[in-house]
Amino acid sequence: MNDRELQELGKKLRDAVPPLRQPELNRDLWPAMLQKTNKPRVRVPWFDWLLAAAAVAVLIFFPGAIPALLYHL
Amino acid sequence: MDLLKRFAAGDLDAFETLFRQHQSAVFRWIVRIVRDPATAEDLTVETFLRAYRAHARFHADGNFEGWLRRIGTNAALDHLRSARKHVQLPYDLSADPVPDSAEQSESRQAIRSALVSLPPRLRIVVQLGLIEEEPYRAISEALGISESAVKLRMFRAVRILRKKLQPWDVRP
Repeated sequence: MNDRELQELGKKLRDAVPPLRQPELNRDLWPAMLQKTNKPRVRVPWFDWLLAAAAVAVLIFFPGAIPALLYHL
Repeated sequence: MDLLKRFAAGDLDAFETLFRQHQSAVFRWIVRIVRDPATAEDLTVETFLRAYRAHARFHADGNFEGWLRRIGTNAALDHLRSARKHVQLPYDLSADPVPDSAEQSESRQAIRSALVSLPPRLRIVVQLGLIEEEPYRAISEALGISESAVKLRMFRAVRILRKKLQPWDVRP
């Protein structure tokens, strides 16, 4: 495909999907930004990850424990 | 102390100053990709949030605007990927600017649908390169890839578009 063909396709695309020449931002986004920066990020403690890994390991190595676990749930 | 150095050190006041200086430019870039002002506003905030969290990785002698643009482009791409099935080219695109024949209208609709159906990493190149007429260099910097990679993506996108638009005889 040469440049001329590309230009023609571009023209057809712009005809169907008009370019946004100078889209303007109508409001200050700093308050929204501040709200996000102040929001504490949820952090999972390392021992919770350890417990989850141990539980998964038990289920993998001792699948017979699954019915017992389900019974107690 | 230089503003960028203060930002890199995690100074919130410096970040606010930079935010106010660059928010419009980031918004203008992102809205050209997602074509929805409300989404672009959210993604502008998301861009700065990512930048703020990564402040320690920013080199104070680097190009802050280019760095932001790359983060914003990634945020917009993430959005296109997650919302791919629901995105129907909003903003000014749902209505034809001038009344035209049923055939023309159908052809335009076919082009829009074909564009939306492109994989996001190809669609972004077509939107920025062919519709917004941004130079390949600007696109390559924003995507963090080489100019030849941008041209390759353009080639692949055009091949897909050509195939999809064959029934409407919309060919380059």
